[in-house]
Amino acid sequence: MANVDVSVQTGDQPAPPPKHPNTCPSCHSHYRDDELEAALWVCAHCGHHFPMRARARIDSFADPGSFVEEATDLHSEDPLGFFDVRPYTERIAEAELSTGLSDAMVIGQATLDGRGCELAVMDFKFMGGSMGSVVGEKFSRACDSAAERGVPLISVTSSGGARMQEGILALMQLPKTVCAVEDLHDAGQPLLSVMAHPTTGGVLASFATLGDVLLAEPGALMSFAGPRVVQQITREKLPEDFGLAEQNLRFGNIDAIVPRPELRERLSTLLRLFDAPI
Amino acid sequence: MPQSKGASEHELRLRERLSRLRNMPLLGGAKLSGDLQRFQKQLDRLQQEATDEEIWHSVQLARHDNRPYTLDYVARLLDDWFELHGDRFSEDDGAMVSGLGKLDGRTVALVGQQKGRDIKERAERRFGMPDPEGYRKAMRVMELADRHGFPVVSLVDTPGAYPGVAAEQHGQGGTIAASQAVMARLTVPSVACVIGEGGSGGAIAIALADRVLMQENAIYSVISPEGCAMILWRDAGEAKKAAAAFKPDAAHCLELGVIDGIVAEPEGGAQNDHDEAARLLKEAIAENLEELVDVPGDELRRRRRAKFRSLGVFA
Repeated sequence: MANVDVSVQTGDQPAPPPKHPNTCPSCHSHYRDDELEAALWVCAHCGHHFPMRARARIDSFADPGSFVEEATDLHSEDPLGFFDVRPYTERIAEAELSTGLSDAMVIGQATLDGRGCELAVMDFKFMGGSMGSVVGEKFSRACDSAAERGVPLISVTSSGGARMQEGILALMQLPKTVCAVEDLHDAGQPLLSVMAHPTTGGVLASFATLGDVLLAEPGALMSFAGPRVVQQITREKLPEDFGLAEQNLRFGNIDAIVPRPELRERLSTLLRLFDAPI
Repeated sequence: MPQSKGASEHELRLRERLSRLRNMPLLGGAKLSGDLQRFQKQLDRLQQEATDEEIWHSVQLARHDNRPYTLDYVARLLDDWFELHGDRFSEDDGAMVSGLGKLDGRTVALVGQQKGRDIKERAERRFGMPDPEGYRKAMRVMELADRHGFPVVSLVDTPGAYPGVAAEQHGQGGTIAASQAVMARLTVPSVACVIGEGGSGGAIAIALADRVLMQENAIYSVISPEGCAMILWRDAGEAKKAAAAFKPDAAHCLELGVIDGIVAEPEGGAQNDHDEAARLLKEAIAENLEELVDVPGDELRRRRRAKFRSLGVFA
């Protein structure tokens, strides 16, 4: 799998030999599926955060059984009749089959420690978490649902950026989601944004950074342009932590880095602070 | 889940479609599939329109060395131009210009990316690729305009926001989002026009306007043709093919509802006659502003957000 069509992943070098997805890329510890699942896909040895699927993530912090999914019937169209080496329609069909999702975002209502909230959670496995019309529409509806019910919106992002197969309409999902956040704010509800690895390009440059509180997972890449693009264009030597959550915290771009096992507790505190309804 | 039956049927259809597609022969070096009808439609379109050449011609004209830049238009559009410098934090970014001027006797605030003419100016203005400081300058001038009831005019001409180490450290992504948010809040009329390259997030940062226009030979895109070619074809040399695939030209943007109008250029392109190009642009901006100035601010804002929130194609 992993046909990741996102600007951060320009592949002009041969791909490294495939590693087992359960092998930690940072310390090479290897885990069984059930071990990783029990540890919320965090390496017990070095703390590396493995990618996490959208539904697993929801289960990891929403109250059990509280999640009610919304907008399940939305599917991508192919407005440009786009094909590069493969047609867009084929890429979508394949992503739907391999992920069991209709696109790269899952939204719905939930409670967390009994307090109401709306969730908008991305899944990197669906075409690199790229944002096209469906992701934009789902996020937009999540804002409306949160506003109507008077609850905060929690977003978890993991995205390479805008989905270029939808051309200019993909770019238009930036202003679309920005306007949705503004409407949410006008309704008096906060956006709590959790940025997982990676949150780059068009998602970083739209709703993800408009959160009232900005959280990030350790080691998450959060850059507008990908490291390779920056290197190619500027010929600058990149700092070791270029674009990572840790650098963003140091430069004042985010509020906190939250390791995955602590996320539920931290979100719960924020929901109390923002007086989310019980 | 109530939709489980629907989902499995959907899946069946997808599987069927995929297996059918995979049996199709290779054609012209590309693995063409899509359902037969779509495939036929695409072929028909390619044969009828010959748009690849036209689209690529637009890309070249949009980047033409003699194309008028923002300050060339400012000199021809506005009286009493007063440039406002600096973001009030740390820098005056030359890739973004902003200021106040009179358009047909009405004070407006203007923001826009600025490319350089000669090598020295190009370096100073970073080829029209703003740093976060540039967007912060634009934001503060737009907020100034909002305080005093001045309409906002933005001229978009950038290959993209600057991809630099310091730019990232200073929050390039968050600043582009914040600039859009400022525009989503404005209670004054706003008109944006893409006058050259409308490159991705760097462009939309100042283009969330009541009316969005494009000059005839401008391009507006989610990624540069070269960037797209690098990723999908793994070869920047395939830029022409990429441009043909994602269609950044004005006609297609209008068709998709992304822009509200196309501004004519002088015969052969704006580079041939700056005065005439400016006259046509001024007419278009003034006409659009005229339609907006009497609309109450909160109504403007409501319509603007509704318009952008309606963009997208899905089933």
